[in-house]
Amino acid sequence: MSATADTPRPVEARSAGRFLFIAAIVLICAWVLVPIYLLLVNTLSSPSQVSAFPKTGLPGWDFGSIQFFMGFAGVLRALWNSLLVAVLTMILSIGIGAPAGYALSRFDFPGKEAFRMLVVMTRAFPLPLLALPLAVLFIRTGLDDTAIGLATVHTVLAIPFAVLITFSLFSGIPLELEEAAWTLGCNRLQAFVKVVLPLVLPGIAASAVFAFTISWNEVFAAAVLTIENRTLPAFLVQSLNVSPLHLKFAGGAAMVIPALVFIFAVRKYLFAMWGIANR
Amino acid sequence: MAEIVVKNVAKRFGGFTALHSIDLTISDQEFMVLLGASGCGKTTLLRIIAGLETPSEGEVWIGGRRVDHLPPRERGISMVFQNYAVFPHLTVFENIAFGLRMKKLPQAEVERRVNRTAELMHIEQLLKRYSGQLSGGQRQRVAVARALAMEPDVILMDEPLSNLDALLRLEMRAELKGVLAGSKTTTIYVTHDQVEAMSLADRISVMNGGKIVQAASPVEVYRNPAARFVGSFIGNPPMNFLPAKRGDDGQWQVAGLSLVGPAAGDALEFAIRPEDLEVAAEGFRATARVIEPLGAHTLVTTEVDGKLFRAVLDSDLKVAPGDELRLMPKPDRVRWFDPETTKAV
Repeated sequence: MSATADTPRPVEARSAGRFLFIAAIVLICAWVLVPIYLLLVNTLSSPSQVSAFPKTGLPGWDFGSIQFFMGFAGVLRALWNSLLVAVLTMILSIGIGAPAGYALSRFDFPGKEAFRMLVVMTRAFPLPLLALPLAVLFIRTGLDDTAIGLATVHTVLAIPFAVLITFSLFSGIPLELEEAAWTLGCNRLQAFVKVVLPLVLPGIAASAVFAFTISWNEVFAAAVLTIENRTLPAFLVQSLNVSPLHLKFAGGAAMVIPALVFIFAVRKYLFAMWGIANR
Repeated sequence: MAEIVVKNVAKRFGGFTALHSIDLTISDQEFMVLLGASGCGKTTLLRIIAGLETPSEGEVWIGGRRVDHLPPRERGISMVFQNYAVFPHLTVFENIAFGLRMKKLPQAEVERRVNRTAELMHIEQLLKRYSGQLSGGQRQRVAVARALAMEPDVILMDEPLSNLDALLRLEMRAELKGVLAGSKTTTIYVTHDQVEAMSLADRISVMNGGKIVQAASPVEVYRNPAARFVGSFIGNPPMNFLPAKRGDDGQWQVAGLSLVGPAAGDALEFAIRPEDLEVAAEGFRATARVIEPLGAHTLVTTEVDGKLFRAVLDSDLKVAPGDELRLMPKPDRVRWFDPETTKAV
């Protein structure tokens, strides 16, 4: 950034570097945006337009596919289940992960480094390996086919991120701010609530959204551990692979759009707060 | 009334001893400066008094009450931190009001105190701003105002000016002295800057290696260092030291000069401040090495008996590198140290 301004280079070299830079940005944007665009176009087209050739590249503004999809037996229920599990996952992983992140950043305790490694290690066990014993355990304890049961599994998947993100968030808040609050009449909890929490809230929101999307997109555990109360991905895996193309697009859009909207809604929390760029 | 008594306080971090049984009494409304190089334990001592650090042993008393088991909020102290610690999510007004709101004071009283201290620190026009919109100096003013608004018995300051640039530091120093003199609080102020210490303190505690080497008034610390360390740490340039041997006549032989000194001992160290030397017909045989004219006077770095020896001389003096000078110490300003214990004799 400023390094390019500091070192004067030949004009051609600089403009070539600039061209590469812009090309890379365009490529990355296209990588993300083109599939989403195609998904939306096909979702908003009638079944005949979806399978027609040549493509117009524009939506046909036909809501038949979506209407049919939303009316499809079990979709609304699966959507509700997905939402419930994702929100539970969000609450659990932040509720457990944030205190762990705080402890890691503020206290020195024996085994701290080992604990950090262990948190990440939980991601090393492949879910398919754990699925069968988990299913047996869940059936024995009665947790199978429940939202809270699935949310616990998703929490396990989301917690390493929650811990590590909040750890770096809390480490970014100078201890002196908390100490100042202590000398001004706060106990530890009050200092946390009045000083630390408002400052880390944007980051906590980011890590909550992250936990939400992990749960929202998770399909394997959901497919194995639920039967009646399927979440949307599990439901779609089961029913869409025998559905016509336009319905697959509608299902795909139903998965992508809520996640997109949610992240879009909190994006300003992720970027800036109190009038200064946070990170 | 807030006399601070530190009794036999020690602090160990694992195998490292940061403080060796400190005893210190700071009387009510006194301005005490803890002065020392970094790592000498001065900040640790301040943090123990504040309650941000627990002592490994010993007692802390504030205003006749033992406080070492109490959390900071119950000690009747306010603290100003090195990095200001102004809360970034609150306006200046709410920053200053923070402690008052914790005390649940009525809104009218909160406003009165915030306005009064803001006026005192000349930040009335900044009350609606956030810390991100302030300069370093302004942030420091907010931090001091926030501490003063609590109307505490004790104010603790941890190198509050060290992050400011030189000119601002000078200005804030004078202002702090004026404000704190009017506030009737007991102040403990930690710094590594000896000029700051000299100019602010009623008393200076010079610390070295986790011990208080000397606790006395600035002039006393400067004129009569209790140990060799104090003489070599305070003063710019610091004291000159030369080895001294007992001569046959009972007088002390210092680099070829016979001087009257303490009766006891065989070997001592002679010490003199650079400004207490005069060019005379008799004196140390000094070869000038570096001449630094500083306007009000000239700093001459010389060699005496193969040892570095500095003199602050009149700026009218004509001297060039290589010249030989005769430097005579003022007899009443000569100090002696025991080379074994490094204590003053």
